[in-house]
Amino acid sequence: MTGKEKMLEKSEFKEFEKKLPKKVFETALQEFATLPKSKQKKAMELLVKQYLNSLAEPGECVGLVTAQSIGEPGTQMTLNTFHFAGVSEMNVTTGLPRLIEILDARKSISTAMMTIYLKKPYSEGKDLDVIARKLKAMHMEEFIEEISVDIASLQLRLKIKKQKLGDYDLRMDKISRILKKNFKNFDFKVDNEFIIAKPLTREDPLKQLYRLRERVKTVFVSGVKGIKYVLPVKREGEYVILTSGTNLKEVLNLEFVDGSRTRTNDILEVESILGVEAARQAIVDEVYDIIQRQGLNVDVRHILLVADTMCFNGKVQGVTRYGIVKEKPSVLARASFETPIRHFVEASVLGEIDSLNSVLENVMINQPIPIGTGLPRLVMKREEK
Amino acid sequence: MAEVYISGKYVGTVDNAKEFIDQIKTERRLGNLPIDLNIQYDEDYDQVIIETSKGRVSRPLILVKDGKPLLTERHLQQLEKNEISWNDLVSQGIVEYLDASEEENALVAFYAEELTPEHNYLEVAPLAMVGFVTSLVPFGQHNQGVRMIQGSKNQKQAMGIYMANFHQRLDMDVHLLHYPQKPIVKTIMHDISNYEKHAAGQNLVVAIMAFEGYNIEDAIIVNKASIDRGMGRSTYYRPVFAEELRYSGGLTDKICIPDKDVSGYRSEKEYRLLEEDGIVFTEAVVKEGDVVIGKVSPPRFLSAIEDYTLGGTSRRESSVALKHGEQGIIDMVVLTETEAGNRLVAVKVREPKIPEIGDKFTSRHGQKGVIGMIYNEEDMPFTASGIKPDIIFSPHSVPSRMTVAHLIELLAGKVGALAGRYIDGTMFDSEKPEDLRKELLKLGFRDDGSEVMYDPVTGKRYLARIFVGDMYYLRLKHIVANKMHARARGPVQLLTRQPTEGKAREGGLRLGEMEKDTFVAHGASLLLKERFSSDSTVIPVCNNCGLIGIHDYRKDKVYCPVCGDKADIRFVEVSYAFKLLLDELKSLYVHPKLKLKLKY
Ligand SMILES: [Zn+2]
Repeated sequence: MTGKEKMLEKSEFKEFEKKLPKKVFETALQEFATLPKSKQKKAMELLVKQYLNSLAEPGECVGLVTAQSIGEPGTQMTLNTFHFAGVSEMNVTTGLPRLIEILDARKSISTAMMTIYLKKPYSEGKDLDVIARKLKAMHMEEFIEEISVDIASLQLRLKIKKQKLGDYDLRMDKISRILKKNFKNFDFKVDNEFIIAKPLTREDPLKQLYRLRERVKTVFVSGVKGIKYVLPVKREGEYVILTSGTNLKEVLNLEFVDGSRTRTNDILEVESILGVEAARQAIVDEVYDIIQRQGLNVDVRHILLVADTMCFNGKVQGVTRYGIVKEKPSVLARASFETPIRHFVEASVLGEIDSLNSVLENVMINQPIPIGTGLPRLVMKREEK
Repeated sequence: MAEVYISGKYVGTVDNAKEFIDQIKTERRLGNLPIDLNIQYDEDYDQVIIETSKGRVSRPLILVKDGKPLLTERHLQQLEKNEISWNDLVSQGIVEYLDASEEENALVAFYAEELTPEHNYLEVAPLAMVGFVTSLVPFGQHNQGVRMIQGSKNQKQAMGIYMANFHQRLDMDVHLLHYPQKPIVKTIMHDISNYEKHAAGQNLVVAIMAFEGYNIEDAIIVNKASIDRGMGRSTYYRPVFAEELRYSGGLTDKICIPDKDVSGYRSEKEYRLLEEDGIVFTEAVVKEGDVVIGKVSPPRFLSAIEDYTLGGTSRRESSVALKHGEQGIIDMVVLTETEAGNRLVAVKVREPKIPEIGDKFTSRHGQKGVIGMIYNEEDMPFTASGIKPDIIFSPHSVPSRMTVAHLIELLAGKVGALAGRYIDGTMFDSEKPEDLRKELLKLGFRDDGSEVMYDPVTGKRYLARIFVGDMYYLRLKHIVANKMHARARGPVQLLTRQPTEGKAREGGLRLGEMEKDTFVAHGASLLLKERFSSDSTVIPVCNNCGLIGIHDYRKDKVYCPVCGDKADIRFVEVSYAFKLLLDELKSLYVHPKLKLKLKY
């Protein structure tokens, strides 16, 4: 940190403190300390001038500039998916499809992923494989070696991979209990490496057994529901676990997880668990990440504006006709987006008034748009007769 | 156990796929199955796919057995003596047609010398891998694939002599090259297709160099003297038609010089070229607006009221005149009848098109470009022997596109022109570039084709030697004169009062959604308003009920359809499109009210 180094006296530059944002002012105090005394004040004055120049002017069309600044690089984006750190069966959607997914605020995203950070002893590699096993959602399918229907004695025999059970810290009787919970109509017995299922009712037992044979595979056994793949990687000197599939709520409850840094790319999940402010930040981070990955350069402030627009109603809304467009106050603007007749009919039923405050409406009726040079008005009003 | 599909439908399984396929193929060769049936074995999926459907592209290959082609010397002799034909070879199972899927299982040799026992097929000729137009590209084996496709597409748009009886035909949009030449560098396909009978290009001297900057971005510099001597000159033919239609009630159109009392009469000047029968004379020089075929029609069913009120059968002018920007010379007049038995007059207009800045030219390698500048002969650089290039081509067009054949053709053309012979550039079977270089050296030139050149302005020698040669250039049918268009004012659409669209209707150039956004982003509010004011109208609005009022010009009175004469009517300036929107809302039983407020 530069904090211990030389720093200018705050009191000497009090006049500039109000003119600059706090962070800029404090950085300036540090940076300008190396300058000769005579030039410090001059530098501050220049800084204020530059700062004022960099502000958006009244009437600046920030929304449209944002749209252009994100839209233009969007046309250059490649549709490439990248492979998830060497796991070939996992393609991660990036680029334009992912961007559209985020901006539309889709309910189900194509590749949900988590980055799980670990607490101290574990982040150095302690019990990493145990942690990985605790995270991954395991289903019966993965423990069954063989299923056979014994027609003579009306039984279903499940041969279990005992070795694998041990790896996941499970025992036969535990499995049998889980199965019992899921299938109340059956009786499960452990017989060495077999689990034997018997229907309790006498009603068409064979049909019951065949149905059980299929259903038993999908029974959830251990781990965190929804986490399909787990991949521990070393990142900046500590072990981090990447997952395919997401379940933020349960992962945060695990005692070895560092909840303050752990994240998911499912924005709506973030919203439901951590709230809209976190979702806003998640949108910014995700969009910025996509654009960076494509080797493009977009100012964060454009992305911030988009994220703010998507969240300012207190809930995440997509940039779609069901999302923020629906919230536009102008009938004409909404009608010009999609399905015009429906919007006109609805507006007329409600007796809506379009006060023609925004850009689009005024373009439509060929009036000056209230942006830039069209914004200033005369303060003095002429007396109406 | 392989699954068997016929034209995409599952039909069953076979135990031994390979044996099954061999059996099918044998039957096909015996003529028991159609020759266009193709069979493929997909090893990854263990499937046998049989295709019989339409629309597959297939190509002939010579069958090979034990490393020896079934096509023997004897067959070739018989073919030469016309004792057998191609179809005999196909029916005897010597030549087979393979589609893309069966080709997957085939190992095909390029040349007979390459054959090994593993090969199943031999190319009839390596050239057969590409289509007809692509095989017209010389030295194509040195080009990148994409350029071959683009080169082929360009060749299809070249001017030439498309039919020997062109002067009797009435085709639309015809360009005819005045002096087509046989290419010096040709392929076997030029001979096979009788290309010299309908050639579509000219052998031009091309220098590859940057010169004065007018050949940047694929443009070419052209020698004015070359154009004066006929390089790239062409004629454009355009027919116009007029038919004497028959209407109900015994009324018909009439082709004649319209009377002055016909409604819509143009002016005497515009009819001046018509002879008594109402048709122009041949070799008349016509300009835009001149009537070519005079015609009057009976009044339309619902035309203006005065047609009826004035009594009598007033007729309507419906002559055919040259459209905006058109001109030319009348080439031919044809009088005939349509299928329905109506009299039909067709007039062919001819217009010479001399190459000008903006016209498009191309070599045969997808290296198209427009003329960037035309220089007088004395302003063109020259070689030591005094040769001045017809075209100066930019060197920057070559490296990124990797059209090596373009350069080889330039060299080959030079050899051909100097040695007085045609060069064979057939793809995969061409004369060797090394041999051509040796020959060029023997002819007294540098073997790399480069020559010393001199600056036309200072007369000084250029420090670099310039690659000069001879190559076949094609003039493409995209001509600026037919495309150039601008408008300051002009016709508007009836419904929206916005400017019409398209060159033919003298339309405006649209300032679209994204262009609008740039104005908005700049905050140029009033500029945007002005740009979009093409349909601006002043409408009377009732301040009381908000409806659009009525302005009766005859009585010079404004009133509201609801509130009547006493209404407080204000005039508001809006786009006509908005007024139309209000009308359409009213037709939807929606009452749009305008609330007026003083802006200032
Ligand atoms: Zn009224």
